[in-house]
Amino acid sequence: MKVMVIVKATEQSEAGEMPSEKLLSEMLAFNEELVKSGVMLAGDGLHPSSKGVRVAFSGSDRKVINGPFAETKELIAGYWVWQVKSMDEAIEWVKRIPNPMPGTESVIEVRPIFETEDFGEELTPELREKEQRLRAQVESSQ
Amino acid sequence: MTTSAVGRTIDAVWRIESARLIAGLARVVRDVGLAEDLAQEALVAALEQWPESGVPENPGAWLMATARHRAIDRLRRAEVHDRKVGELGRELEIRGAAASRDLEAEVDDPFDDDLLRLIFTTCHPVLSTDARVALTLRLLGGLTTKEIARAYLIPEATVAQRIVRAKRTLSAARVPFDVPARDELADRLASVLEVIYLIFNEGYAASAGDAWMRPELIEEAQRLGRILAELLPGEPEVHGLVALMELHASRSRARTGPGGEAVLLLDQDRSRWDWTLVGRGLLALERAYETGRAPGPYTIQAAISACHARARQPDDTDWESIVALYDALVQLMPSPVVELNRAVAVGMAFGPEDALELVEALRDEPALRDYHLLPAVRGDLLAKLGRSEEARAEFERAASLTQNDRERAVLLGRSAATLAARDGIVPD
Repeated sequence: MKVMVIVKATEQSEAGEMPSEKLLSEMLAFNEELVKSGVMLAGDGLHPSSKGVRVAFSGSDRKVINGPFAETKELIAGYWVWQVKSMDEAIEWVKRIPNPMPGTESVIEVRPIFETEDFGEELTPELREKEQRLRAQVESSQ
Repeated sequence: MTTSAVGRTIDAVWRIESARLIAGLARVVRDVGLAEDLAQEALVAALEQWPESGVPENPGAWLMATARHRAIDRLRRAEVHDRKVGELGRELEIRGAAASRDLEAEVDDPFDDDLLRLIFTTCHPVLSTDARVALTLRLLGGLTTKEIARAYLIPEATVAQRIVRAKRTLSAARVPFDVPARDELADRLASVLEVIYLIFNEGYAASAGDAWMRPELIEEAQRLGRILAELLPGEPEVHGLVALMELHASRSRARTGPGGEAVLLLDQDRSRWDWTLVGRGLLALERAYETGRAPGPYTIQAAISACHARARQPDDTDWESIVALYDALVQLMPSPVVELNRAVAVGMAFGPEDALELVEALRDEPALRDYHLLPAVRGDLLAKLGRSEEARAEFERAASLTQNDRERAVLLGRSAATLAARDGIVPD
């Protein structure tokens, strides 16, 4: 299974404080460990929300809202995508992450990524219909 | 923490630590079977103690320390025993020396070399293919006998027996726990890559059971490949195999339709490909070429797969490059099946007539006599040339040869709709 591991923001990360050299080297070593274990698929740190935007959807309206955003603790400061055997394995790896936000309380969230088999029965007829439409298009264009 | 929560944590720790634990112990005791027993004993100790004491801060080091104490006990007992018996004296001097080394320091050692030794040992050519696969999944993947049995749909007892025999064979053959010498490396590495690719293929094109794919085996093989790529970064074929697996796995979601039927590569909805894996596959392929060494069969197959991955839509496919890659592959891996694939690519690059000529030349090939893709490809080319009656006959012949019900349905469908010519039959 694949999981997304989400590092939640803190006041410091939102203020654009860069991690210390020590933390960077610890993080580098941890990432190396993930790579060597075949777990790491992707991962990056994110700029603070002040450099981000949101696009709000309402019916057919789209409104662009510039950062920074409030509710700091719900914001994201970085993420990984890992391939693991179970949520328990993911948790075990998360515990080994060097504290990304030293000197303050912070949270890392783990969420399983949808796999093909997770799409329930409900979606199937829709997908089938889409597929059939596509096929009909392909065939009529030949 | 509840007992079951601790149990799950222990499973997870085992998954992460067991390979390195066993590898580190095997270096000391020089026997992978004994090393695994010791690691298991440490695991049992954890199961007994952690629910009471809580999970230690560094669970991996705890397991290693526990197993190490037991290893030293055993070695000392063996030493005393062997002195009495007066046999194997010389060997045990070496073992004794190992036991009195500063093992504490070794816990912090990078275990990379040990892991490599372990991979070469579990994939040793002295073992049968089945034994290599089972032992590798068990010792490197940290899978239980039950999990392996479930993945391969065989009885647990069969797997257990395979593993016991494999360990015995390794001991009996006195296979050294070591990385092969330079002159042996190519052959031994080929054996390792073969085992990983077999695991992958069993997951990707399940040979038994109802399910088309078994994701747990696919993921296990990918993981083993990635681990090996970090251990042997200078070996192009390791990266080639990783690239091949990542690129194929990237299409898992797209290669079956909603009714479970196979969707050919050129018909796949590319938005359903896993683009993270595509990116990883292309990166691995780059690493293979960056070694500066001549590409081998895995790398070339990955390069072919990459030509498809780079095409945003089927029409963008660089078929001429694919033909050139097949030319190279035929040289390295001469086989009528590869020739047939090459003919398909030629058909896409230069037109059905050229391809048909190549396919005609393969019709007398004994190896392809009952191979359903030969008439399937020929039918496809004939259909493109407007020779519908001949095409229909070929699709029907192909349908009668395939063992796979879903494939048969696709072929019969094509026979019925010969004129609605699809893009070529490209193995995915």
